[in-house]
Amino acid sequence: MKEQILDKLTILAESAKYDVSCASSGTSRKNRPGMVGSASGWGICHSFSADGRCISLLKVMLSNNCIYDCAYCINRRSNDVRRATFTVEELVELTMGFYRRNYIEGLFLSSGVVRNPDYTMERMVRVVEKLRTEHRFNGYIHLKGIPGASRELIERAGLYADRMSVNIEIPTEQNLKRLAPEKDYRSVYEPMSYIQQGLLQSAEDGRRFRHAPRFTPAGQSTQMIVGATDESDRDILQLSSALYGRPGMRRVYYSGYVPVNAYDPRLPALKQAPLVRENRLYQADWLMRFYGFRVDEIVDEASPQLDLEVDPKLAWALRHPEVFPVDINRAEYELILRVPGIGVKSATMIVAARRNGQLTAAALKKMGVVMKKAQYFITCRELTMPGVQELRPEYVRRLLISPAGRKGADANQLSLFFPE
Amino acid sequence: MRIFRYDKSFEGLLTAVFDAYARKTFPDKLLGPDDPLPLFVTECHQVVTDSAKADRVWRGVYARSSREVCHMLSCVWLSEMPACEELLLRYLRKVFDGSPAVVTDFSDPDVLAVKKLADKVMREREYMLMFVRFQQAADGTFFAPVNPRYNVLPLVVRHFSDRFADQRWLIYDVGRRYGYYYEQGRATEITLTGTETQIPEKLTEAQMADEERLFQQLWKNYFEAIAIRERINPTLQRRNMPRRFWRYLTEKQ
Repeated sequence: MKEQILDKLTILAESAKYDVSCASSGTSRKNRPGMVGSASGWGICHSFSADGRCISLLKVMLSNNCIYDCAYCINRRSNDVRRATFTVEELVELTMGFYRRNYIEGLFLSSGVVRNPDYTMERMVRVVEKLRTEHRFNGYIHLKGIPGASRELIERAGLYADRMSVNIEIPTEQNLKRLAPEKDYRSVYEPMSYIQQGLLQSAEDGRRFRHAPRFTPAGQSTQMIVGATDESDRDILQLSSALYGRPGMRRVYYSGYVPVNAYDPRLPALKQAPLVRENRLYQADWLMRFYGFRVDEIVDEASPQLDLEVDPKLAWALRHPEVFPVDINRAEYELILRVPGIGVKSATMIVAARRNGQLTAAALKKMGVVMKKAQYFITCRELTMPGVQELRPEYVRRLLISPAGRKGADANQLSLFFPE
Repeated sequence: MRIFRYDKSFEGLLTAVFDAYARKTFPDKLLGPDDPLPLFVTECHQVVTDSAKADRVWRGVYARSSREVCHMLSCVWLSEMPACEELLLRYLRKVFDGSPAVVTDFSDPDVLAVKKLADKVMREREYMLMFVRFQQAADGTFFAPVNPRYNVLPLVVRHFSDRFADQRWLIYDVGRRYGYYYEQGRATEITLTGTETQIPEKLTEAQMADEERLFQQLWKNYFEAIAIRERINPTLQRRNMPRRFWRYLTEKQ
């Protein structure tokens, strides 16, 4: 029993690790008498693996057997990997044992498709059902929706899970069909809309009945693989933006394609996962969610790819020098938030602090504004540096991307700017 | 130089603020009961801690600012930094004498320093929520030794009492030599005494519960398996999970 479960856990964690979502946020729930655990609104990371990613949930597969043969997936049926399946009992024991030792916030359960989508989904639902009802588990549960699963099962699952997710994986349907012939967008979007409808229904019920059961209180999320196919960043971000427009869609994850099946001719030969691109996509995602940017401001027809050298916010600012300089002591919050080098925290502090008097550049720096970037885009009481308009965007860009090159110059020598 | 001596408790500090306003003289320096006097002392006032006075000051702060500010001040006190008592004194004077908006005037060095220090303490608290690792002892108690930079245990007790309401657990601050023991809805502050002066990071095999060893091994296996080898990034790992916690992390032992 002992060796067996050690082995199984290793196999099934290895199979699940390419799914990047590991957030335990979105639900705030106190302990209830007789139950174990709670959920804290912001989520808690409990450890960080060697690749630097957060471990918040016990992310495992129920089984890594799969009837599908998707080119990008390590668990495709034609791959010769070790296969294993947890019993419901084993997985429940494991989750409770880890939870009680404060190793995890809860369970993230996914699965390969065994026999058919409904059979798989049914077994996954049994696990969470047992956790919630028999073991009185009150922690976080993230449950994967299997593409093609029926409405009844999704509706049952949503009552136990905090968050559900169905992965889109590939941002356009023709590419999905090319890499995963057994899947199509219909099988992905249908469970997604079941979750959405369940959520809206439960919100409606909640308004009428005080103790109406909550359906996936932390909403749903999805994931796209980046770099396995030829979509531009514009395609990807437009799809995310459309998804964020749906009620209950909380997160879109981007997973830089790790060449797990290098032998497949349909996939590009990559040496390294596109980590910088992935990072820029997340930055763009943040701009849409927290900074009030629209997708067509971040990427447009003229520049369908994100700039890999500068972050999307700086890139936007350099494309729009006419907006700047922003007067820190007068401009509204939304505009201050658009200044490169000022984030949500410092923007909030600036707006609160300037009621007491004019802010100086030194005060901004102390508050945590990255003046190295922001200096070209703001005016405050005494800052009379030449801004982005006088210096030209191309020159500011050069100044900001090559700090290594500038170090060679004599640091004691004052430099004169000749922008022409 | 004007000196106030107090007993180095939070209540004592609040009483000192009360006394300062009552006497209309403000200290240049706050000293503990055993600190040596500096040269050129013009006046030395002994503060007698009085919870009624302290309470009045505290309610005054609350009335003039907000619950968040009060929480920040408690955090600053728990940081136990040597400069924090005088920082608090200056801050409280600003709250009582300045305009009501002074608590958001982040161009003021004291206001900013209080916020930054409070943020650091809250970050340390969060680290505790993340990195406490319980080991089940043979008698069923879940035991976790920790060694936080600031005195944050009082800030985490509520979280753990709520989450692990049906377990007996003990979180022990090894550096400050005290901890909280929780049993059936009540968390009590305790200090371990006895022959053992050194609290071990890890329970010995004999002290562990039956299944503890298996769960630790399982967790270690999981920790190894979940890392994507193509994306190894030790710098990022250390930035997110500083080295100083590794001693007490099961997966890193």
